[in-house]
Formats: sequence, C-alpha cells, structure tokens
Amino acid sequence: MGIFSPGFSGRSRERNPELPPGQYLETGFPVLTAGPTPRIDKRDWEFSVVSETGERRSWDWQAMLDLGAEDVATDIHCVTAWSKLGTHWRGVPIDRFLDAVDTNAEYLMAHSYGGYTTNMPLEEIKGRAWLAYEFEGEDLDPEHGGPARLLVPHLYLWKSAKWVNSLQLMAADAPGFWEQNGYSMHGDPWLEERYWGS
Amino acid sequence: MSGALGGPPAGPVRWVPATVTAAWMETPGSRSLLLDAPELAPALAGQHVDIRLTAPDGYTAQRSYSLASPAGAEQLQVTVDRMPDGEVSPYLVDGLEVGDSIEVRGPIGGWFVWRPEQTEPVQLLAGGSGVVPMMSMIRTHAASGSTAPLRLLYSVRTPAGRFYTEELDRLAADGVVDLQYVFTRETPPEWPRQAGRLTPALVMEFGIVAADAPSVYVCGPTPFVESVADALVRLGHDPSRVRTERFGASG
Repeated sequence: MGIFSPGFSGRSRERNPELPPGQYLETGFPVLTAGPTPRIDKRDWEFSVVSETGERRSWDWQAMLDLGAEDVATDIHCVTAWSKLGTHWRGVPIDRFLDAVDTNAEYLMAHSYGGYTTNMPLEEIKGRAWLAYEFEGEDLDPEHGGPARLLVPHLYLWKSAKWVNSLQLMAADAPGFWEQNGYSMHGDPWLEERYWGS
Repeated sequence: MSGALGGPPAGPVRWVPATVTAAWMETPGSRSLLLDAPELAPALAGQHVDIRLTAPDGYTAQRSYSLASPAGAEQLQVTVDRMPDGEVSPYLVDGLEVGDSIEVRGPIGGWFVWRPEQTEPVQLLAGGSGVVPMMSMIRTHAASGSTAPLRLLYSVRTPAGRFYTEELDRLAADGVVDLQYVFTRETPPEWPRQAGRLTPALVMEFGIVAADAPSVYVCGPTPFVESVADALVRLGHDPSRVRTERFGASG
C-alpha cells in the first residue's frame, strides 16, 4: 500500500520459498497458550473420538501406541508469524482413530485437557494429521502440549490442539476457542487466514 | 476456559496506515510509540496489534505488539523492547521517527482482555514487558471508574527497567491499583527484600487469594508465565480464570 520505511532493511534479502506469507524463521520453539499448562500423567491420559450420533471410542496410552505411530518431518507455522522448518515428530495418524467410528460428519471439534477447543473440516485432517507425543526424539514437553497433542502442520499451529483428549465429529461447523476470539475458522498459512474475515 | 465474546467485526482485519505522533524512551532498552490509526476499530483493554514494516525494495516483516493505551483510545500506545538480534524491534526503537507512517492491523484477541463490566477482583501479574497489556487494563479501569479491586504484581529486573513508573505510582497513590514490585536483579536502596524471582511464596503473599475468585492475568516471558501460572493453580485458583499471554524472544 505504498508505505515504506526508508531505514528498514530487514533480516533476509531473499524470500525463503518455504516460509508462508508474513512468516519469519524461528529457531527456538515459542510457547503460546491461553491459560495454565495442564499436567497430565500418561497413566491417567485418555483420548476419545465421538461421532455426531454420540458413538464414542476411547484409547488409553498403550492402546494409542498400539495403533502404530510414524515419524513425521514437517514445517510448522504459528499465527503470531513465526515458522519453524524441518521439525521432527512421532505420532499416530488421526485416520487410525477416525476409522474406529462410523460417521458422515464433515467437521470436528478438538477438545483438550484444560478446556481448549479448536474446529476444522474433517477432510482437512484425513491423511494430514497426527496425535503427536514426541518432538525431536524426546517426550513432548507439557508446555508444548505433552503428553500428546494434535499435529495438523498444514494449518496454523493453534489448530494443533495441545493436550488434546477428544475429537467430537460434527455435521456443521462451529467455532472453537480462538475461532470465537478473533481468529480464522480455517487457518491456512499459505492463504494467510489469520483473523476473522481474512 | 470457556468464553467467548461477541461476533466477528464488521469487516476483515486488514492493514491500515498509522502515523507516529509521539515517541519516547521508556527505559534505556525500550521505547513507547503513540500511533494515530483512524481506520482501526476501537480496542479492548489487553488486545494487540500487528505492525508491518516494508523495506524500500518491498520486503516486509510483521510482529505483534500489545497495546498499553486504554480501551477505545484514539491514540494507540505500544512499548517495544529492543531485541538484540531482532528484525523489527531495533527499527521501531532506534529508526522510526515522529511523523513516519507504518502499517498496523487489528485490534486482535478476545481472550486476554479486561472489560469494565467485570466486577470481580482482578489480579495482574507481569514479567518485564508483560506489563504492557496490564497498563491498558489499569488505565481502562481508572477511566471507567470501576470499583473492582485491582492488583498488579510487577516483576522486573531493575528499578530503571520499569515501564510507566510515574504513572503507575500515581495510580497506586490514587487507589486505582494496589501495586507491588518484585525486582529480580537489583533493588532500590533499602528495599525490604533481596532481589530475586517472583516465587510461589511471593505470589501467595501479595496476590489476591483464590477464595476471592479473582480474574487473573499473567503476561511475560514463557518461563515467568509457566512458573507463575503453575503457582496460581497450586494456590487453588481455577485454571479457567487464569488468562495467560506469553512473549517469545522474537522481535
């Protein structure tokens, strides 16, 4: 829009094609959370999928591991404009949980220990989302969502719900926590869908 | 945490021009800017804006900054810490001049906000520049004539590193806010405590007790927020009443 800052040069002169628009490269791993960090013991942990008809399937920690995990190498993008490239995770593909219920739902709400929620289209996560419990070869820190979080790396990271404990399948879309508080219903970093109306 | 608020704004959150109308050093390493951005919707206390800089060759960089100005203020105030290896903050602290224009977008965020309609006690806990959104809440509280008890526990390295010192002292003297400093590196002369971190014991000593069911706001660097929020939960505060905002070391 034609507002330039004459003395501003910026850090990088070449656009990194791996960075979505408006993002900068971060080497640390910043933490963003709306409240205190829940501390959940793996022995008490449970994860459920609930269909739109109310059918519920649940897994404890070992049952989750038994579904079969895989390694995931991916970039991650936070709406606060940092991106981290080439991160390594280990987790169970979300499809393996979804396969356990009959559903015609088109959307889901992820719920977390502590009360966080976030919504997304079901199609959006098939084959592209994991229940992640390791980061860079270590158990996932509570600050970063451990013992397990959703990992939906092609959307802004607030969709990758920390401390996730259920996926509620829904016939119609509904806004989750940040989606009610100013942020996009969808959150594609490549389309820069950060906020309401963007 | 539950809660949500209001519907989407009338239009998309888009970039609009802002003019710097005043600027001053808040501390040796940080600078306050007053911005005139007439196209921006009024802000709530605790919200932030994105600031975008464009280099002469078209390269852009954006960062988020909490507002210190009260809700609905026409002149927006941000206070920016100069990050040693930062990309945007050194320019905002050392380069930008009064009269210059930049781009802003917002206001953003409907969770880490305080509204004058809230009547319950309010406990603010700030670490370093985490005091910025707290200042917005305190100023909004003062301007609205709210009678909700308001307390600020402000953890800062040194006396010279404090933001908004004169104004905060005045608001404390006027009874708007119950103000308590915790100095982590260096104290003023004859300070009653040694320099040190904001421990759970100090949170217990100076904070509003959980039994009074305050709304609690915690803002600062991640280790500060993690330890303070953990302490609050252990002291019996309902996690859903503890709102946090973390400042990463980006800039």
